[in-house]
Amino acid sequence: MAEAEKLLRVDNLKLYFRTGGGAVQAVDGVNFELDYNRAVVVLGESGCGKTSLAKAILRLLPRNIETYSGEIWLDGKDVMQLGEEEFRHSVRWVKMSLVPQAAMNALNPVIRVGDQVAEPVMIHLGMKKNDALATAQKMFQNVGVPVDFLNRYPFELSGGMRQRVAIAMALVTSPSLVVLDEPTSALDLLTQANIFNVLKRIKQGFGTSYILITHDIATSSELADEVAVMYAGQIVEVGDAGLFFPAPLHPYSQKLMASVPRLRGNQEPEFITGQPPSLLNPPTGCRFAARCSLRFEKCDQEPPVFAKDGRKVKCWLYA
Amino acid sequence: MSEGSQVTVEAQEPIETEKARQSASSNNILMSIRDLRVWFELRRFGFGHAGFVRAVDGVNFDLHRGEAIAIVGESGCGKSSLMKTILGLYRPREGTIIFDGKDLNEMGRDGLRWYRSRLGYVQQDPYGALPPFMSIERILGEPLIIGGVRSKEERRQRIRKTMLEVKMSPPEDFLPKFPHMLSGGQQQRVVIARAMVLEPEFIVADEPVSMLDASVRVEILKLLRGLQETHGLSFMYITHDLSTVRYFSERIFVMYAGKLVEKGKMTDLLRNPLHPYSHALLAATSDPDARNAATFKEVPPGEPPSLVKPPEGCRFHPRCVRIIQGLCNEKEPPEFEPEAGHFSACWLYQ
Repeated sequence: MAEAEKLLRVDNLKLYFRTGGGAVQAVDGVNFELDYNRAVVVLGESGCGKTSLAKAILRLLPRNIETYSGEIWLDGKDVMQLGEEEFRHSVRWVKMSLVPQAAMNALNPVIRVGDQVAEPVMIHLGMKKNDALATAQKMFQNVGVPVDFLNRYPFELSGGMRQRVAIAMALVTSPSLVVLDEPTSALDLLTQANIFNVLKRIKQGFGTSYILITHDIATSSELADEVAVMYAGQIVEVGDAGLFFPAPLHPYSQKLMASVPRLRGNQEPEFITGQPPSLLNPPTGCRFAARCSLRFEKCDQEPPVFAKDGRKVKCWLYA
Repeated sequence: MSEGSQVTVEAQEPIETEKARQSASSNNILMSIRDLRVWFELRRFGFGHAGFVRAVDGVNFDLHRGEAIAIVGESGCGKSSLMKTILGLYRPREGTIIFDGKDLNEMGRDGLRWYRSRLGYVQQDPYGALPPFMSIERILGEPLIIGGVRSKEERRQRIRKTMLEVKMSPPEDFLPKFPHMLSGGQQQRVVIARAMVLEPEFIVADEPVSMLDASVRVEILKLLRGLQETHGLSFMYITHDLSTVRYFSERIFVMYAGKLVEKGKMTDLLRNPLHPYSHALLAATSDPDARNAATFKEVPPGEPPSLVKPPEGCRFHPRCVRIIQGLCNEKEPPEFEPEAGHFSACWLYQ
């Protein structure tokens, strides 16, 4: 089977939330692929559905779901077909795990961090507590937390250290895919650089794949092999990072890249006028058309995904 | 400038203050800060003394009229304490802040009211900074009422004018709205309008764009820059993001563990950072470039020191790669000036 070759293939994934005003189309027909030991960065502004995409992939859903459909092929198996209990047993934390947004505040304040990191090992891999703690200790070394911190409580750790603990927790069961939702947005510059060093080292050492969800374009390039740009619930462009960063294809990606303030070089940053559309009632046709300076009559129809130089872009300009 | 142990500072302080006062009133210096120390007392069991958190520990600088400066540092380095002391929210333990020839320590209640009307404050989190139960009109009207603008008609006109300046037009559409009805960028515009409505000379902005999306961020930065230029405002921009600083400020001050370790013109500092800490900050700032993924960043080991018991000598020495043993870990570095107008508190430049 061709699907078996890739680690992850997401096919027409949809996640709509039920609200008083109607269905919010947070993730609307997302397709992408990710190979072993690769990292894809999902870029987008707040409210474009990035975090919902992460939750949809890991099936961590709230109650007000209107639609949840599509295919998620992980290691050659469509995990969308699995039942809730089976998914929890055999996929979540075993094959893929999550470092949630503001992970440093996601730790339980009344449990020692060592025990928290050991817990998924005991539950998902069925290890005894002592062995699990030993595994946790090894993982602490890998992410650069001093081993004697195992017995500390989260409040005794700095923000950067807590973030590392959260990363250790996601990695301790050695999943092949880790979803990182804004892993460094609350951290200081030097800590941020440190965390990215840790993530890179782990990727080299363990062959882990990452989905990095962020709005920070500059630091996302620290990890990216591939870039996916999300706009109003849809992925508008996917492609190799080496091609994307110097020359993005989609008009939205181009504007997004132009809005990044840079430390080096003399480019004046530009801003994008207008607002992203409401996901309650998104416009028909291209969703970026209203803010796009290159729009033409075809943009009233929904653009299909076109391939260009091995990249994929959802824009009529590349028809 | 005298720097160093407290004893010498105390002996010289009256002269220094007098000098600063004279120079501040005679030329175009709007604010001058001398040997500012803001310490917070730690208590044991609620009353026993358990030391001080030395959040700001000996800061000196002059701010010229119409000049934009940026204070760059990581969280916990004391930049917010410095800002709040400048805003008159904290009382300094030692040192002076002289604004327009007047000493902040000697101002009474009326003096402080005058001072705060000359000063605008742009908060970091716009949603948290705007009272959710007040309409935009009331939010913008309040500083005017406190500032003594009695006439309703005049208040309305000034609110209108300020709204147009922050590019919220037509103002009538926004005035009856409440903060939650606005987008993040619009909320930040209201915060800026509130800071501008009394037509201050000096704006303090604490990470004004860190909560905003990338595309809106540039828009707000350009708006602030435009206001600064058209009104000839003095501007203090506090941030940890070096990549936005260069679009904003004439001078950059780098703060570490309660001290300004480097001061210099923006172009000089970005081209040639002197202090090893500034160097590390610049090296850690990424530009969007796919080649980054292949390399590791050089990051100084460890974490910023505790401000209760800061390290002896230079406060950066435990993390510094260019440490001079026997000097950096023993004696506190004074400010050196290896380049004209570019200062660094580092023994490398003695």
